[in-house]
Amino acid sequence: MHALTPTRLSLALAAAGVAVIALLAAPQGLEAQGMEDDNPAVLWSMRGEELWATPVGPKQATLEDCDLGLGPGVLHGAYAQLPRYFEDSGKVEDLESRIVTCRMTLQGMSREQAEAGHFSATGEDSDMEAVVTYVVEQSQGIPMNAPSDHPAEQAAYAMGKEFFYFRSGPHDFGCVTCHSQDGLRIRLQALPNLAKPGGAAETYPSWPAYRVSQGTVRSMQHRLSDCLRQQRLPPVAYNSDLLIALTSYLAQESKGAPITAPGLKR
Amino acid sequence: MGSPMRIRAASDGEMIEVKVLMRHEMETGRRKGPDGELVPALYINAVTADYEGKRVFNGHWGPAVSKNPFLSFRFKGAAGGKVTVTWTDISGDTRTDEATVS
Ligand code: HEC
Repeated sequence: MHALTPTRLSLALAAAGVAVIALLAAPQGLEAQGMEDDNPAVLWSMRGEELWATPVGPKQATLEDCDLGLGPGVLHGAYAQLPRYFEDSGKVEDLESRIVTCRMTLQGMSREQAEAGHFSATGEDSDMEAVVTYVVEQSQGIPMNAPSDHPAEQAAYAMGKEFFYFRSGPHDFGCVTCHSQDGLRIRLQALPNLAKPGGAAETYPSWPAYRVSQGTVRSMQHRLSDCLRQQRLPPVAYNSDLLIALTSYLAQESKGAPITAPGLKR
Repeated sequence: MGSPMRIRAASDGEMIEVKVLMRHEMETGRRKGPDGELVPALYINAVTADYEGKRVFNGHWGPAVSKNPFLSFRFKGAAGGKVTVTWTDISGDTRTDEATVS
């Protein structure tokens, strides 16, 4: 159960009820440095690279011509400029929804097929988690620069921001309820202050991330869906306007911050 | 068969440092599944590494090693040779990958 990484060590010690304050500095350092040699996310990226170039779907096509905003097949730096408005779909898309669009247009899949298995479950790997890890890795070190020129990009940002501060649900929680103070944590997990200027920049560019506690890479949409669940809201649909809006808000707030993803988190 | 490992091997002229990531569930046999039943144990119990045909690492592992394990070790050697790593789990499933030392 316990590996030799600092992350695992602190988890193991925490389980044993031992104070781990000093050790916690190590995994945070790791996050700041981006993908380290011991980050299993690299295994997802390797699989993603293979999936990217594998012909599938009714059209037996690969994803190699997928246009992530910088032109067909251009991966380098593409993640830094997402979400963005796409003329062809007439929508603001984040990485995950854009890959779904490419699966539908290039590979001829239905939406249902293209979105199948978007989050992994025990014993079931997710192709989306692997592909996303591969694509994001091609933007490592590049500063976030999600565009905000198009009115649709501005509208998505505004909706995400409004929702961030909007309290709802049985506990009357908003994102802001849990994410507006410095230095808080829940159990061993740091609770970022996303309401202060530069707050999002400290965490958004580290997603997607390998979660040691879950043994898999989790995407941004998974992170947000889980927070909405913690907010006690009904499940939100994958690639829904709300998830794209929240992602647009966090991405645009992170302007200038270099991408460190795939991250490594507890 | 298993999924591919990621092996990095680099020499500073004197020592070779090998870093390996393996994809494996490493089930301990003590975890309960959603149905309340114990999930059967399935973990890597043997890891070996060869450099140019010579055994440089021999490990006996147990259920206390994490899922998707990371392994790092060092030995004397220069760049150019090939490091071959093999794991075998308790079901007999095995996987071998190699990397050239840079
Ligand atoms: C009930 C409290 C709660 C609410 C409400 C909540 N979150 Fe979270 N959030 C958490 C916790 C706890 C974590 C860390 C959880 C973990 O690591 O598993 C977290 C993690 C995050 C992270 C990742 C931080 C990192 O580790 O890099 C982001 C981004 C985030 N939340 C955004 C949001 C947004 C956007 C909303 C509103 C839709 C929201 N959260 C609502 C509790 C909350």
